[in-house]
Amino acid sequence: MSWFLKFVTSSVGRKFVTGLTGLFLVSFLIVHLTGNFSLFRADNGEAFNVYSHFMGHNPLIRVMEIGLVLGFGIHIFTAIYLQLENKKSRPIGYDKVDASANSSLFSRTMFLSGSVILFFLMVHLTNFFVPHRVTGKDVVDGTAVVNATKLDGSALLASDGQPIKDMYISVATAFKNPIYVAIYLLGLILLAFHLNHGFQSAFQTFGLNNKKYFPLIRFIGLILSIALPAGFASMPIYFYFILG
Amino acid sequence: MNFTLRVWRQKNGNDSGKFVTYQIQNISADTSFLEMLDILNEELIAKGEEPVAFDHDCREGICGSCSLYINGRPHGPKQLVTTCQTYMRSFGEGETITIEPWRAKPFKVLKDLIVDRSALDRIIQAGGYISVNSGSAPEANSIAIPKPIAEASMDAAACIGCGACVAACKNASAMLFVAAKVSHLGLLPQGQPEAKERVVSMIAQMDAEGFGSCTNTYACEAECPKGISVTNIARLNREFISANLFS
Ligand code: HEM
Ligand code: FES
Repeated sequence: MSWFLKFVTSSVGRKFVTGLTGLFLVSFLIVHLTGNFSLFRADNGEAFNVYSHFMGHNPLIRVMEIGLVLGFGIHIFTAIYLQLENKKSRPIGYDKVDASANSSLFSRTMFLSGSVILFFLMVHLTNFFVPHRVTGKDVVDGTAVVNATKLDGSALLASDGQPIKDMYISVATAFKNPIYVAIYLLGLILLAFHLNHGFQSAFQTFGLNNKKYFPLIRFIGLILSIALPAGFASMPIYFYFILG
Repeated sequence: MNFTLRVWRQKNGNDSGKFVTYQIQNISADTSFLEMLDILNEELIAKGEEPVAFDHDCREGICGSCSLYINGRPHGPKQLVTTCQTYMRSFGEGETITIEPWRAKPFKVLKDLIVDRSALDRIIQAGGYISVNSGSAPEANSIAIPKPIAEASMDAAACIGCGACVAACKNASAMLFVAAKVSHLGLLPQGQPEAKERVVSMIAQMDAEGFGSCTNTYACEAECPKGISVTNIARLNREFISANLFS
């Protein structure tokens, strides 16, 4: 196993792990966003509630959830390690730096954008995960988590007859609060920053930079860095400004 | 032309150092940056002051001796040139020019603007060579090398080892330097027998010297006086990953 430790603790190996977990998190974002679009169904949240019940109870998804926690954990750990080590490499800084002449703002602010995403993640988990899986009490307005109903008012049940919790109402409540809407939009703007550099950067880290197809990778990165945050942002915007 | 110079002055490695401001007048626009510093030094010597120490040798952009972090950028404002090939016409009349030494943990300041770049030499010693038996020169055409491969290797070999990539990088990473050497040697058939060993040893030495790791800002490529491409860093990553995980 020592060859493995030697690799992941080397400067290139550390970056490799950051890149691998980063791309894994991108794949998670794509799945997460696709599922969340069910919020837009005009069905009193039925499709969304069924979807979030499935995500919370399906055994396979629960196993994948562990992978996700590990993915975030390892990404954050290697990112902080990388940042601390790199700070040590220039103990005495320059008096005058003209960084914009040679590099993009996004590439220079990865730790900042990542840290804001981490803060956002904490808020996000306390909004939805903690009330529904742990405390049973909504953090935004302090009311108890309720069971979901269908449009006709009858109880929404899972295939095994269990009542389904109303995640939709939690989302709607959070996104009526301008402070939460602002935190979500800020987090998503910084996510756009992070992905703008991060996606193509991961390919460079894996050594997959080649004059023929790298422009395509950059382009996909640009599209993802706009489409994913914009897709997520459409939800607080819809609840706050349109349903308002 | 007239300039205000803010120059980093430091007696030796133990001195804490500070900026000293000098005024310099009547400089021809076609004076090179180093000649301008020579003129400053003559004035300082005439006044009985210590001249500013800076590295230089060929003054024609090929040896890699000159350095200097000028107005926030290694080798000054122009791309694809060294400090010795930078001319005062690239600056504005009356401009204040801040001149600092390369800054990185492995690059200790020896005096004023001179830093110790021997860490780069130790990286070369760790694997930046090929082992061949001495004797008469082999027949040049006995190993056929496709033109594009030879070109890519020669492009990487253009690295003069000045350290501008380290100076430019926000992480003080020497990846572009190491990547240039790994590509230059590893692309050619003569360099292939030691390719895996080379990349592993050179990265280990780079890490041991205290250089940072690459976060792909590509500042190195933008500031490299020889235009070494970051695709070489991708090759380095690829070779390092395959040497560690698939061999
Ligand atoms: C949904 C969440 C996230 C996604 C999709 C994501 C994605 C990525 C990707 C693709 C990379 C590029 C890796 C490479 O260059 O090899 C990256 C790098 C990085 N990430 Fe994240 N990341 C996320 C969250 C975070 C968080 C929470 C932090 C917390 C501190 C963080 C900090 C960093 C840092 C410091 C880097 C390396 C910086 C650099 O290369 O300059 N990221 N991320
Ligand atoms: S002095 Fe030789 S490259 Fe500048």
